[in-house]
Amino acid sequence: MRFTKGAAVAAAGLAVSLLVAGCDTSGGATATGGNTKEVEVFTWWADGGEKAGLDGLVGQFKTDCAKFEFKNGAVAGGAGANAKQVLASRLQTNDPPSTFQAHAGAELTDYIKAGQVEDLSADYKTWGLDAAFPKGLLDSLTVDGKVYSVPANIHRANVLWSNKKVVAAAGITAAPKNLTELFAALDKLKAKGVTPLALGKDWTQLMLLESVLISDLGPDKFKGLWDGSTDFASADVTKALGDYKKLIGYANKDRDTFDWTDAEKLVMDGKAGYQLMGDWEAADLDTKGFKDYDHIAFPGNDTAFQWLADSFVLPKGGKNPEGTKCWLKTVGSAAGQKAFNTKKGSIPARTDATAADYPAYQQSAMAEWKTGVVVPSCAHGSACSQGMQGAVASAIGKFSSDQDAAALQKALSEAQKQFVTKK
Amino acid sequence: MTASPTPSPTTAPLEPARAPAQKFRRVSAHGRVRHWGPGLLLLSPSLVLLAVFVYGLIAWTVRLSLSGQHSAIDKQTFEGTKTFTNLFTHDISDRFTHSLGNLGLFTLVFLLGTLFMGVLWALLLERKIPGEGIFRAIYLFPMAVSFVASGVVWRWLMNAGTGDRAGGLNAIFHGLGLTFLENPWVLDPHWGMAAMAMPAIWQLSGYVMALFLAGFRGIPAELREAAAMDGAGTFRLYRNVIFPQLTPTALSVLIILGHMSMKMFDLIMSVTGPGWITEVPAVYVWQTLLTSDFAKAAAISVILLLLVAVVIVPYLIYNNRVERRS
Repeated sequence: MRFTKGAAVAAAGLAVSLLVAGCDTSGGATATGGNTKEVEVFTWWADGGEKAGLDGLVGQFKTDCAKFEFKNGAVAGGAGANAKQVLASRLQTNDPPSTFQAHAGAELTDYIKAGQVEDLSADYKTWGLDAAFPKGLLDSLTVDGKVYSVPANIHRANVLWSNKKVVAAAGITAAPKNLTELFAALDKLKAKGVTPLALGKDWTQLMLLESVLISDLGPDKFKGLWDGSTDFASADVTKALGDYKKLIGYANKDRDTFDWTDAEKLVMDGKAGYQLMGDWEAADLDTKGFKDYDHIAFPGNDTAFQWLADSFVLPKGGKNPEGTKCWLKTVGSAAGQKAFNTKKGSIPARTDATAADYPAYQQSAMAEWKTGVVVPSCAHGSACSQGMQGAVASAIGKFSSDQDAAALQKALSEAQKQFVTKK
Repeated sequence: MTASPTPSPTTAPLEPARAPAQKFRRVSAHGRVRHWGPGLLLLSPSLVLLAVFVYGLIAWTVRLSLSGQHSAIDKQTFEGTKTFTNLFTHDISDRFTHSLGNLGLFTLVFLLGTLFMGVLWALLLERKIPGEGIFRAIYLFPMAVSFVASGVVWRWLMNAGTGDRAGGLNAIFHGLGLTFLENPWVLDPHWGMAAMAMPAIWQLSGYVMALFLAGFRGIPAELREAAAMDGAGTFRLYRNVIFPQLTPTALSVLIILGHMSMKMFDLIMSVTGPGWITEVPAVYVWQTLLTSDFAKAAAISVILLLLVAVVIVPYLIYNNRVERRS
């Protein structure tokens, strides 16, 4: 092989420049920020009602905190799954956003245990939030006597939606008040030849199971499932799983490929009578122009209000703590919660909000939020960690195909042993 | 960048007495560098990138799989092979062995299906029928479609709804009155993964056909003529003369499709999304990563890598031997 000096230099140059280029991409990401007026708000609210809600909140932030600048750090896709991955890597490299969105409750405990978020108890007093939020919510937010996040909204998970016309045609005159009445109503729908209960894939099935557990165990024992004081292997749970199995028998067989909106469509098209889903369904049905819907709390849940909330935190080592606190204050304020929730279709966490500002469904939910017994949700991260949520959703998916209640109870009990530390 | 060619000029003046020998050695060292230096220099960027981003990251993944990092906050403490043994013995509802079983069924149906269709088409086209080029293009074309795109179409075709809610293939069966053929496709608890292999067979049979067609064409005409002279019929000709020569082709097909099947992810994600019934190890890795169980995700990835290696490495060794012999 002939080799000239010129070629050697060229090859060496090429090699070096490629290496430098390779290194450069990894180093470039840290050189952002620097403007201390900026408050980078990290969310997965990138479109739809969520984006509208965020915009409303930003509008309020601009008037309340004029000396700071809002910077949108939204990561779209995967219902927050993508955002959580990005967030985990940013926290690991000590490059946290000014504030980030997280489901309030158990999902936050990972961050708290890792010491990645600051204690906000003192600010809660200054901002008057400990008087404005209901006690049940404050209890769920409190870890070892301290509060670490400010909830922006509240959704209710345990709501049973129905198509009024279909239900009336089947001769169901009164809304079912307990599981026995619900089974009777489902039988009537079955006799009419419609799908009695519309259901989607694993996480929507988990929501249904949680509602059945609330009915059969009562709110207190249900709460105990997630902190280890109620055993998943107990006889009460066996009975609840029996009821759940019976309910699944009324559901559409193709549920495991359905998202919640597919199940919602069955109800809208009059092909199904009932569907259990969170109260974001109200906003969605309204947007789709469907009027013949009705809603009740899941039969047997009585006043249990199964909540989930998006909340914001103050990460340790954030670039602009002062600006972040101003953002958090806006999020917790009556004006901020109104600006956000009237657009997103959720209700404010504060109990002092004016009901007249909200649409019909939210008004009734706000009244129940004030008086109801507050219980958390595993499917939406307020009751269990992400690891437990994944394990439980998988076990539920298995049950959907093999209907083996004993195996489901064993799996749930194992998940409890693995992920829940007894209080 | 270790191939610095100029260490000798600085040492040479210090030992003038041994100059002749030094000079001789210097020339030979220089000659050797001149021989392989430029090649190494040109290869070095890709070598360094491979070392860091492939083998370095494999090593990092193995280390992670042996650590106790089971959530976002755990530190990387050494835990040994506990994560691996837990996957086989203590995984909740035997999720991992279930995903391996799914992968096994999928791979079996996928390989048999593509081989059968591919060889059949190749045999038909090999008979020099008119319009061969058109048929070849038609059969090969599905390969150009991405698994994600075809997965979305097959998701609809394999709609699990039956009766008046039927869609896709079930709706066709329903319309033709063949209601006994309506079935839940991918949602069948036992045979769902066999249905999942159908889109993959549809996409890659044409590729297998192309490989076998090339194999057929590579067999010299003299061999066929000789066989005909000896009085061999069509069946004997294929059975004893042509098929034995296609063993390398069949082996390549099995390796290429086999390792594709082991890593199957995109097709399953677009046909059913993640879920128990159709979960395979690659999807399980993704699901585990979403719950921040890094050690477990890494352990499944390592097992997946070993599975693929079991298929690929013997093939590489065999290939090397064949090449050296020729």
